[in-house]
Amino acid sequence: MSAQELLRLADDELILGWRDSEWTGIAPFLEEDVAFSSIAQTEIGHARAWYELAAAELGTDADADALAFDRSPDDYLCAPFVELRLVDDWARTIARRWLYELADAIRIEALKDSDRAELAGLADKIEREEAYHRMHAEMWAERLAGEARFRDAVDSLWPHALGLLEGEQRELLCERAGRDAVEAIPRGQHTDELRPLWDEMTMVRRSVVGASW
Amino acid sequence: MVTAERVWEALAEIPDPEIPVVSLVELGVVRDVVVSEGRVHVGFTPTFLGCPALEVMRDQMAACIRNLGAEPDIEVLTADGWSTDRITPKGREKLREAGFAPPAPREAAGPTLVQLQARAFRCPYCDSSDTQLENLFGPTPCRSIRYCNACRQPFEQFKTL
Repeated sequence: MSAQELLRLADDELILGWRDSEWTGIAPFLEEDVAFSSIAQTEIGHARAWYELAAAELGTDADADALAFDRSPDDYLCAPFVELRLVDDWARTIARRWLYELADAIRIEALKDSDRAELAGLADKIEREEAYHRMHAEMWAERLAGEARFRDAVDSLWPHALGLLEGEQRELLCERAGRDAVEAIPRGQHTDELRPLWDEMTMVRRSVVGASW
Repeated sequence: MVTAERVWEALAEIPDPEIPVVSLVELGVVRDVVVSEGRVHVGFTPTFLGCPALEVMRDQMAACIRNLGAEPDIEVLTADGWSTDRITPKGREKLREAGFAPPAPREAAGPTLVQLQARAFRCPYCDSSDTQLENLFGPTPCRSIRYCNACRQPFEQFKTL
């Protein structure tokens, strides 16, 4: 697996973790406040682990923090799907969580079969943690299944979700989501929503070079 | 000269930063200790990758080894999946005494929502199994919240990982 592929995974997890954390303090009720904070924390933990592998692959001095925060917004390889700022739309937020976990499970399962022990081992560990994210998403998807707003949200985000994966993995996502393939909004272009997020996310690193806390 | 056995004993004195009733050794995160020529290599696994206590654990183990007069070399093993099955029997008992329900054993396929929503988990206060899932997530990544219908006490359930 190339450094670029590892960075795609890491960037997806970091940016989605950041977006999920935006619900901290303002989720519809306390349990979800706790849930979204915890999910965000684990996604960012996964991002760190992928960044560390990417750093080793690149062989530069850049560590996980440098890869996460010191690149320019254009250099991020995340899919447009994770960049969308969805507070304060709960239906769209849950639709994204559900679709993201379906897609993420597909690529993690594939990585578990990797010949490289460090990749397969990390994928296995991440898969165990993600099981709780999936249960949370499934619980909510079931609960909102009869709501028109939720169905509209899934419809509108579906082209974005397809953009997370390519080839056979994309076909598998259609199968698992029970939806037809449509034209995907792929990786490689960014939404206007990434830049403000990047400004906020990197503010401390840019203000105080070498800061640690 | 410090021995591996002595290092294990010393590490067994370090409390978990977030649940200090159990030690790092009881938590099962210390995987191996190798002593050679005054250097002590410790391999340890994070519980959850996003665990904010990771650095604290690493620094505490390093300080502990320096206190024994040796040079620490702490390696974080992200590919060596920690499972809650590695918590020692003594660690599980200490968790229960402190009001944390210990994790259910991990089965081949991992936990499912149906299992977690079943009334099969015991309350650490009154031992009733009439408990329900309140939230898959809790105050740290490794814990869920349950509620005991018998003694009307919310409690923290260690997630099965």
